Amino acid sequence: MIKKGLLLILLVGFVAVISGLLINFTGSNELNPLASYYAEKGPTEVGAANLVTAVVITYRGFDTLGEVTILFIAAAIVGFFLKTMNADTNRPLRLRKTSEILETASTLLVPTIFMLGAYIFVNGHLTPGGGFQGGAVIATGVMMIILARPASQFNHKLISVLESISGIGFVVMGVLGLVLASGFLNNAFLPLGKLGSLLSAGAIPIIYVFIGIKVGSELTSILDSLKENQNEI
Amino acid sequence: MAQYLTLEFIAMLTGFILIIIGLWGMITQKNLIKLVIGFSLFDTGLNIVIVSMAYVKNSTAPIIDKAVDVSQAASKIADPVPQALVLTSIVIGLGVTALMLAYVLRMYREKKSLDINSYTDLRW
Amino acid sequence: MSILLAIFLGLVILVLAITAIYHKNTKVAIIATGTVGLFASVLYLLLAAPDVALTEASIGSGLSTIIFFYVLNKIRQSND
Repeated sequence: MIKKGLLLILLVGFVAVISGLLINFTGSNELNPLASYYAEKGPTEVGAANLVTAVVITYRGFDTLGEVTILFIAAAIVGFFLKTMNADTNRPLRLRKTSEILETASTLLVPTIFMLGAYIFVNGHLTPGGGFQGGAVIATGVMMIILARPASQFNHKLISVLESISGIGFVVMGVLGLVLASGFLNNAFLPLGKLGSLLSAGAIPIIYVFIGIKVGSELTSILDSLKENQNEI
Repeated sequence: MAQYLTLEFIAMLTGFILIIIGLWGMITQKNLIKLVIGFSLFDTGLNIVIVSMAYVKNSTAPIIDKAVDVSQAASKIADPVPQALVLTSIVIGLGVTALMLAYVLRMYREKKSLDINSYTDLRW
Repeated sequence: MSILLAIFLGLVILVLAITAIYHKNTKVAIIATGTVGLFASVLYLLLAAPDVALTEASIGSGLSTIIFFYVLNKIRQSND
């Protein structure tokens, strides 16, 4: 009972702090100086029509590198924990039969989903989307394969090779920016092209393809390590 | 009252209440999976709050195209920086949720229980 | 108009969140969590953030739900 009362007091204090923030919030009528700098100079400096992409890849490129690293470490720890758990379960694999509708639909939908994912990360500098979204969409396709065909095995070697190559590619593109242009992850060492065309924005499409493959393979490896021994009844 | 009837204020209020619900769930629920669900709600609420801060009145998405010209971009678009941060935050949120669930599985294997009161190893 | 939609979305999100915390059945709670992500992605779209909406729709409602279900299934298996 005392514990509940303490929790309530804690929560009331939290609400008081938050409501102080909330009452004085009136929204903004114009961009702050930093954001208006990005809006005015972004299209000419970076050449990407999607300004979020410009911020993610070039202006705040270090954040993205750290984020990909965190995701990699999380996937590695999940794999480590679940692999050691699966090692000593020797029960025979009895698979539940999936419905025919799901199997037929997945043959039709999975290639389309993969293509949509690739489209999203290739066009990341022009339309809403990019490496993270494209990778997540590709992982959704993998999820559909797992649901429709539980017996299918993934090639672990291929997944880890893809992940390593795309990670190294991302860093190499960053270092090329440092050597050939003004700074780490600067995209201007390739021609910026015309704003709004597919082959524009320097190195951004290449970096986003690497990020897309990396995020897709990391999420796939999380799903795969959770899948192991999943389908016994 | 009328000053509070705006899109960004309503979104921010939703986000803050979602944070409080998530926190309440995290400190009152006994089931480990409910704890992770509370964390996930907290995460979503925090992201909604940050995106609602990025909104500028009557703005559009920060993408230069036919509707938004380069010259007038600064007066028409929403703030791209918080949106970029939330973008990475969502992906990290998934990674952390998966990590927490892996810990839950591991803990369940040790004690065969999802109740947090049965984990008394650190209680003295 | 968009304000009305935002109020509606906010109410749905909060009801679903309370369901997710307090429902006895864990499966219902997990589905409610996924739906919170889905409605939040519509809210992001209203707030002029299509990039964030795309991410949240595929991650918050697709992948995280399936990960929760995998873990629940695994726990149920090792019970019997």
